[in-house]
Amino acid sequence: MKEKNKHIILKTENLSIGYKSKKDTSVIADNINIELNQGELIGLVGANGIGKSTLLRTLTSIQEPLDGNIHLNEKALENYSAIELAKTMSLVLTEQLMSKNLSVFELIALGRQPYTNWVGNLSDNDISIINKAIEQTNLSNLKHRKCLELSDGQLQKVMIARALAQDTNLIILDEPTTHLDMYHKAYILKLLQKLAKETNKTILFSSHEIDLAIQLCDTMVVMTNSQVISDSPCNLIEKSVFESLFPKDLISFDKKTGSFRVK
Amino acid sequence: MNTKYTYTFIFLSILLLLCFLANISLGSVSVPTKEVFSSLLGISDNYIIQNYRLPKAITAILVGSGLGISGLLMQTLFRNPLAGPFVLGISSGASLGVALVILGSGLFGGVFATLLISKWSIVIAASLGSFLVLLAVLLVSSKVRDTMAILIIGLMFGSITAAVVSVLSYFSSAEQLQQYIFWGFGSLGNLSWNELFIFFCIYVFGIVLTIVSIKALNTFLLGENYAKSLGLNIKQSRLIIILATSLLAGTITAFAGPIAFIGLAIPHMTRQLFNTSNHKILLPAVFLFGAIVMLICDSIAQIPTSDYTLPINAITSLIGAPVVIWLLVRKRKMTF
Repeated sequence: MKEKNKHIILKTENLSIGYKSKKDTSVIADNINIELNQGELIGLVGANGIGKSTLLRTLTSIQEPLDGNIHLNEKALENYSAIELAKTMSLVLTEQLMSKNLSVFELIALGRQPYTNWVGNLSDNDISIINKAIEQTNLSNLKHRKCLELSDGQLQKVMIARALAQDTNLIILDEPTTHLDMYHKAYILKLLQKLAKETNKTILFSSHEIDLAIQLCDTMVVMTNSQVISDSPCNLIEKSVFESLFPKDLISFDKKTGSFRVK
Repeated sequence: MNTKYTYTFIFLSILLLLCFLANISLGSVSVPTKEVFSSLLGISDNYIIQNYRLPKAITAILVGSGLGISGLLMQTLFRNPLAGPFVLGISSGASLGVALVILGSGLFGGVFATLLISKWSIVIAASLGSFLVLLAVLLVSSKVRDTMAILIIGLMFGSITAAVVSVLSYFSSAEQLQQYIFWGFGSLGNLSWNELFIFFCIYVFGIVLTIVSIKALNTFLLGENYAKSLGLNIKQSRLIIILATSLLAGTITAFAGPIAFIGLAIPHMTRQLFNTSNHKILLPAVFLFGAIVMLICDSIAQIPTSDYTLPINAITSLIGAPVVIWLLVRKRKMTF
């Protein structure tokens, strides 16, 4: 199976995203053509309000595209049933959990919902997949703790483990590093890099940690006012894409170090 | 994983049995314990035990567990620890239905009125009223994202109801008013075996719908977008949960009147005791706990060996509210 290393998991064709109401449509970004390959870690970056969340919401079928196509595993996204989609794509969102009064194990076990029977009983297979997810995210020592006792960083790991337990080709994370300190930002992204390699899953995340993303991602999707461009971080640096991310009055991109500097 | 709860469940089951027996043994007429047991086992016939106290005790179990469970369903669905049948106006819907039947019958006049005020018309009116209000709340909640707004809308439904009821009472006779007020006190003791059977059937239907929803309820703990990403059909699950709640809360209010407090408090007591939000554990625990609390409240309301019976509605709040306060103060924080 390894020769399928360049197997495309998700592909958009002339995708146009935005909001449509009865009166008018507001296009946030258009002409988006990106390909996400199996086993890659992909970072989505862009300034505030550029449409990262809208793009993620569209790719995850929470919101309809204005125009163009999205193919997931060579099948049109709109043709997926809810359960099929849940078995192909898992999410880590920014929204707060409604209840944290569950053990870490119980919360991760909820990732098995698309596979379990009508009362949600776990089979031996489910339990071994959950335990594997717990191992891969180094949560074994927290397994029986309540989620309300955890720090933000630990909780983020639990949410990633839950997505792993859902056993999908593609994991999409919306700003997984917000609220975390510098160490844990690096820790979470490093963990995602490790998981993409080990499990051969495609992991797409949006983030403001451009410096870290440049160092860790296989591919980056950069959203600017004029275009949405995806390539390897090195090529993007050479094409001077990062320079166009922000207004130039305060910060500038240093090509040598691959990071931003305050002027 | 569930072994640590096993002992608690065994303890609660034994406690339920004891409360059940105590509830039947106590009352204004003292019946010797020996005779209580023999008539329960069908060896001897005791009219009070078999046709009054036994159905009353069973009603208490159904009412306590049913209200507790419907409160739990609402709290999870609306992601709000303040939710319960009363806050969301289900019970006020039922009250409006009953008020229309009892008080409004005067407006329709004469023969028609006596036809209307049968036990069944009250039951049907209460069920319909609660179902319509819940449907309205649901409709609004699909438009409004803010859960606080939904609660306020529920309260608004409550005050609209109160207003309509007071207009109706203005035009009603003293007897009609009395009948309505007595219904509002709540009562567990007025059910014949036939009525209890109907009550039980609808109750079981509501419980079945609840059990079917266990998986969805646990998924809702993650929040709606996560639930959707796990392939849950949110609209369908919501509808089933709301149907279960309105069947349980509506029928209970219809047969036993608007019983305060239980629906809101039992889920909180249970969460504090069991310290989990997992519905597979919470649901049976709420069932046992609600039934126990209701049996105790009813025993107290009877004031053993006296001729008085206090309104059950007053007792549930008098006994229950301090317990909830004590539990929250003792743990210093609420787990939801």
